Amino acid sequence: MSVISIRQLGKRYVLTHQPRSDTLRDLLMQKIRVLTRWRRQSARASTEEFWALRDVNLDVESGEVIGIIGKNGAGKSTLLKILSRITEPTVGRIEIKGRVASLLEVGTGFHPELSGRENIFLNGAILGMSREEIHRKFDEIVAFAEVERFLDTPVKRYSSGMYVRLAFAVAAHLEPEILIVDEVLAVGDAAFRKKCMGKMQSVASDGRTVLFVSHDVGAVTSLTTRCVLLDQGRVALVGPTDQVVARYLEQDSHSQAVYEAAPRGTDLPQLTRVEVLASEGLGLQAAGKPLELCFDIAHPHPIKGACFSFQIVDQATRPATHAWVHDESQAFARHAGSTRLRCRIPATRLNVGHYALNVYLSEPPGGTVFETLASICPFEVIKLEPPPLWGWRADACVYHEDHSWAIEDLAPSS
Amino acid sequence: MSSPPEPLVIEAGQTERHYWRDLWRFRELLGFLAWRDIKVRYKQAVLGIGWALIQPTITTIIFTVVFGRLAGMPAGGVPYPVLVLSGLMAWQLFATALSGSSGSLVSNSNLISKIYFPRLIVPMSSIAVALVDFMIVLLLFTGVAAWFGIYPTWNWLVLPVFVLLALLAALGAGLWLTALTVKYRDFKFIVPFLIQIGVFVSPVGFRLDFYPSWEPLLSLNPLTSIIAGFRWCLLDGAQVVEFSSLLSGITVIAILNLTGVWYFRRTERGFADII
Repeated sequence: MSVISIRQLGKRYVLTHQPRSDTLRDLLMQKIRVLTRWRRQSARASTEEFWALRDVNLDVESGEVIGIIGKNGAGKSTLLKILSRITEPTVGRIEIKGRVASLLEVGTGFHPELSGRENIFLNGAILGMSREEIHRKFDEIVAFAEVERFLDTPVKRYSSGMYVRLAFAVAAHLEPEILIVDEVLAVGDAAFRKKCMGKMQSVASDGRTVLFVSHDVGAVTSLTTRCVLLDQGRVALVGPTDQVVARYLEQDSHSQAVYEAAPRGTDLPQLTRVEVLASEGLGLQAAGKPLELCFDIAHPHPIKGACFSFQIVDQATRPATHAWVHDESQAFARHAGSTRLRCRIPATRLNVGHYALNVYLSEPPGGTVFETLASICPFEVIKLEPPPLWGWRADACVYHEDHSWAIEDLAPSS
Repeated sequence: MSSPPEPLVIEAGQTERHYWRDLWRFRELLGFLAWRDIKVRYKQAVLGIGWALIQPTITTIIFTVVFGRLAGMPAGGVPYPVLVLSGLMAWQLFATALSGSSGSLVSNSNLISKIYFPRLIVPMSSIAVALVDFMIVLLLFTGVAAWFGIYPTWNWLVLPVFVLLALLAALGAGLWLTALTVKYRDFKFIVPFLIQIGVFVSPVGFRLDFYPSWEPLLSLNPLTSIIAGFRWCLLDGAQVVEFSSLLSGITVIAILNLTGVWYFRRTERGFADII
């Protein structure tokens, strides 16, 4: 049964190309200008239509956790705003069965002067809980947020961690049939993020529906099974999360096989070129064959104790392996100029699938980080050997250990 | 938990249709927002109540000196400070409610851009603070009036009617101003100006019933009959409310509210996009 069905949804904004008349004076001046120039030229504002969403069709099933990903400006926020009824669509229709709670921001409506206790009630009411419902869950919320001792302290004295914990705790104890979550996991410390993820998973396993929007591809991958990719206001792809995420990372701006950057003209060291020399060419690397990576660094000044490292990350941006070189172990970049680092992996043990590089260039730990690049130089690992019975599967593992089997025939049962 | 029997439909113009039903559904939020504003206002209780008292006290002294002593305006047997304070109470109730409601949308912009609810709740809830301030000043008035030998009578029971009228007048004007402020931020400078001149245009520091030639014009100002009403209630009928004046006042309030709601509703859909 689909709990959300979206049909032909579109949202149009009209962009006005003129100084915006946001104060009354602007408006009046503009009207006067229009009047005085009336005969000479048309001073009318040129307007441009902009469809933030266009022809969006989507069905979300009951109990499903569905992810929505896309670049900035792809229409994710607009879709969420329409679903949570903050703004109306221009065309199209949505049917929703069940109570919706949307969490577009952690701590909406928190008032800094009010105490934690007061804010729980206020925020709960804003999110759509009744007074009686908040009373019933009050203790649970406080326990989840771990703020018992500070309940009567104004939240302006809270640390940012406490603030976020309290805010998420209120929201997490809503019991909607449909929960819409935007980017909330981007906050808080690791332990709390884990707790939040757990809470969201349990919401889903209760048979409720979660719509989860995030830039954090890792979080989307671990939480959702199905995903929607939005691109320029349209649905580019709907399907199993790993496929959609792979496509999303492909269309990422760094998706060139070779990363190249023009010198920024500063005195700081910079990566000018990164290339993955895959064994089969064309960004295809055969498992078991050598893989070479090549990094060019421009450094107008010598670097003291340079550190360089890279990660190979899988399609969910989870690191599969990490390799590094330090000036201490092998001297480099000690004179002004440029340096080429070549890393050779004699036999890749990566499983089949799509991979990319994260690259870091810095001073020794604690010093300046000169450059970090994420998800550049995508390449694919393939197996040239015959597949096992179940075929080669990207989601089976990240890499294969060298291994051998010993098989003994133990006493046969008689 | 029970789910609504019919599915929720979102399409262009849909919010319009269920507006009043939604407003009723979100009535608890109305209460919470009002409660929040009051809580924050009186958080530092001493200062909060202090401010509510200091302002009318000082204004009363100044008006008594300026209108009563220097200008020598007639008070009709009522002690001048009591006359001023009774008018000032009505005026301040209106002014506090007006400045609260006219700034309410912008000061709640974080809510408006993140959560759905009928936006009318925002200006409506912001009026509550004015009512609490009023209660405090009413206590002050009771003390001052008793000191001058004026004690509560049955007329007091009619006071809520005029309190309600003052709040409605503020809400009607506030709806216009707050919706306009979302788009044109300079309307927020208009409100303090309105309040500044309004205290002189309205018969706060004097009695209008001694200047009958001005009455038809000034009774277009709804505060004229509201202040007269306050004085009738609080000063044991010392000033009579002219029926024609009351009628024109109520008409103006009704027009303000009807057009205010109309304009507010017309622009409301865009609030989240432009605020």
